Amino acid sequence: MTFASIIIQLLNGLAAAASLFLVSAGLSLIFGVTRIVNFAHGSLYMLGLYGAYSLIQLFGRTPLGFWGAVVLAAFVVGLVGVAIELLVLRRIYKAPELFQLLATFAVVLVIKDVALFVWGAEDLVGPRAPGLSMAVEIMGRRIPAYDLLLIAIGPVVLAALWLLLTCSRWGALVRAATQDREMVGALGVDQAKLFTSVFFVGSVLAGLGGALQIPREPANLELDLSVIADAFVVTVVGGLGSIGGAFLAAILIGVAKAFCIGIGTVHWFGVEIAFSKLTLVVEFLIMAIVLVVRPYGLLGKPPAVQRLAADPAPPLEVPSWTFALVWLAALVVVPLLADRYVTILLTDIFCFALFAVSLHFIMGPAGMVSFGHAAYFGLGAYAAGLLLKRAGLPMEAALLLAPLVAGAFAVVYGWFCVRLSGVYLAMLTLAFAQISWSIVFQWDSVTGGSNGVFGVWPAPWLAGKTAYYYLALALCGAAIALLWRVLFSPFGYALRAGRDSPLRAEAIGIDLRTFQWKAFILVGTLAGLAGAVYAFSKGSISPSTISIAQSTDGLIMVLLGGVETLTGPLAGAAIFTWLRDEVARRTEFWRAVMGLTILAIVLLFPQGLVGGLKALVGRWREARS
Amino acid sequence: MTAALQVEGLHKAFGGVQAVADVSFAVEAGELLALIGPNGAGKSTCFNMLNGQLAPDAGIVRLDGRDIVGLRPRAIWRLGVGRTFQITATFASLSVRENVQMALYSHAGRLGSLLARFGAAFRPEAESLLDQVGMLDQAERPCGVLAYGDLKRVELAMALANQPRLLLMDEPTAGMAPKERVALMALAARLARAQKIAVLFTEHDMDVVFSQADRIIVLDRGQLIAGGRPADVRANPDVRAVYLGSGH
Repeated sequence: MTFASIIIQLLNGLAAAASLFLVSAGLSLIFGVTRIVNFAHGSLYMLGLYGAYSLIQLFGRTPLGFWGAVVLAAFVVGLVGVAIELLVLRRIYKAPELFQLLATFAVVLVIKDVALFVWGAEDLVGPRAPGLSMAVEIMGRRIPAYDLLLIAIGPVVLAALWLLLTCSRWGALVRAATQDREMVGALGVDQAKLFTSVFFVGSVLAGLGGALQIPREPANLELDLSVIADAFVVTVVGGLGSIGGAFLAAILIGVAKAFCIGIGTVHWFGVEIAFSKLTLVVEFLIMAIVLVVRPYGLLGKPPAVQRLAADPAPPLEVPSWTFALVWLAALVVVPLLADRYVTILLTDIFCFALFAVSLHFIMGPAGMVSFGHAAYFGLGAYAAGLLLKRAGLPMEAALLLAPLVAGAFAVVYGWFCVRLSGVYLAMLTLAFAQISWSIVFQWDSVTGGSNGVFGVWPAPWLAGKTAYYYLALALCGAAIALLWRVLFSPFGYALRAGRDSPLRAEAIGIDLRTFQWKAFILVGTLAGLAGAVYAFSKGSISPSTISIAQSTDGLIMVLLGGVETLTGPLAGAAIFTWLRDEVARRTEFWRAVMGLTILAIVLLFPQGLVGGLKALVGRWREARS
Repeated sequence: MTAALQVEGLHKAFGGVQAVADVSFAVEAGELLALIGPNGAGKSTCFNMLNGQLAPDAGIVRLDGRDIVGLRPRAIWRLGVGRTFQITATFASLSVRENVQMALYSHAGRLGSLLARFGAAFRPEAESLLDQVGMLDQAERPCGVLAYGDLKRVELAMALANQPRLLLMDEPTAGMAPKERVALMALAARLARAQKIAVLFTEHDMDVVFSQADRIIVLDRGQLIAGGRPADVRANPDVRAVYLGSGH
């Protein structure tokens, strides 16, 4: 690389960092004050981009039209953020944190379909900025003038935010609330107003980040999740709640990615490495390294005081044998009575039930929330497919070895993850899932890239839908029974103990990290089994089995059913899978229907479906006696 | 004979503040030593260096003659140290009996088992410990719903499950009713003497301290200013100055 090309890549990286910084600063601000991990933040960015596209068409391609559209789009997105806060989040601030997360997932689904309805599925390419469409020559290379403007916008917004936070009363309140929310409430500050205003400012930043990208990137429906993943990485690398940290991290990651693209394909010792395809891997590797070296990010501080600690988890109840046997008997009889469609749907449900139960194991009793559980599901599916198609193993062998492959990845990922806790842990799991996804997506020659793997069919004796149904029931049922059994073993008790009080666990000689690591490996292996069973039931595997969407589906299943009961995830998986299937057959806009359903449930049953039903039954019994 | 706990020249500074300076003392098996001093004297800092939570800047901590500086809390537990916390820490979703069983399982090194049923083993042992601290009648309640004073008893039972050589109790009676306080410490004293356990405790309640401790050491602004039998410490003019404020 010459000096000139280094400078050029540096400028490219800084230009890319601008939007990344804006969207991450908004996310960080909102998290700092409200303690809500807003998954819908990427959706707000996407709306900003689409909004700017439409408004420019409306206003005309003049400088005034362009900049007017960008600013108005950001403002409108700010109002959307306020609407989300007022209509949804305000009602559930007292609910457990995970439920707030579920609500933001639902908002993601709704916004995606609103965008689909308004703007259609095609990518929309915006105009270049009028008056800035020329290029400036720097060291013999041509750099778009707009990129230079973006480079300037980053520090300008940082300075503006800094002024706002340090010199205004509002800023003082935001900083105070970031440090100690309860104290600010106790001092008589109207928290509701503060939260709404913070949501407004955070959403404007996301909208602006999106709108400013209009000359550089086409508006498309995949942006919501890809941007939220990027923004998570930036906020976590910078330190949650730190605006300056977000700025630093955005530049670090923007520049690192630009250099990957700039380096292109190189040959080292006869091995061809395509750096341009490794941008995602590099981004998430930076995050993994930073989190292991500085667990709270570059400029972050240990989590703020939280006096109103969540209620302790209720004791786990053992599911009764009769309950299990009645269900098992019913499921054994089903294929004799029901049609092919029901058999196939139930086979899907078995796979997702195991997926959800394994996720519940790690996030409920073990207390480690995973945003990237699809990694193990997807890696299990791919391992099964590749062992069959590329390694030429018999189907039975591929099915049994695939979970071990997923488990092997869990050995590596888990080792890093158990070093963190809380939101940081969740973000790191997401990072590893994204690394897995990008490798699968970009390693065309082995994984089939975006097309996936085809012809992953079971052995002849399992080829019938009924035969496969029984196989899925047996494998998934046994795995679920195993996970439940482990929860009531000394090992499972140690995990629950560690979740309740890490301090006490350490004081009575428990090496918690090792227990948590083993738990990671166990659930990774069994989620891999779910993926492998799923792969052979579908006959093909696509990268979506590792996607963020798959991970959030799992979270929705667990949270919908209720994280505090063992049977909740089963109910959640069954209802979610069935509902999605039903709705998707009737409307293109199934996501919005699912999203609104979830929102309705969140607002009506803040303890999840099974928890809510139990509460209802309890009230009914009280009323009778 | 070596003391159960021997502390020599313990130092700890936070920034420019010397929190603990050159503190040395020893506790014999079966003896109750109270560490007292006004707020901010360095008691908790001192405690946290003994149990592995904080690393001292200098000094030696010997348990039965073995240097334990630099060991993690869980390793110190393995060497036979039981602890109760200033702010209770128990497993809220587990029952009282299960909390004590956890400690028994850990003591026996049998927590790794994936398939055994937890409830089966150490049940009689857990119940006997709970009987000793007077918590048997509440054995099946989850710790999350217990009164504060009862949690302190559960902590004591968990510490005893380790068959400790040394018991570290950081303000064992804080948050309890006055009557309960003396009763709990009297219970700890009885068990310690019977089982030859060395006990080091900090305490603000002077009734508890002077009625239960065999010896008392007094910490002020990071330094030991007095030590000896309760009657001697009570009569010590430096101690009076610290507590009554006339010396400042």
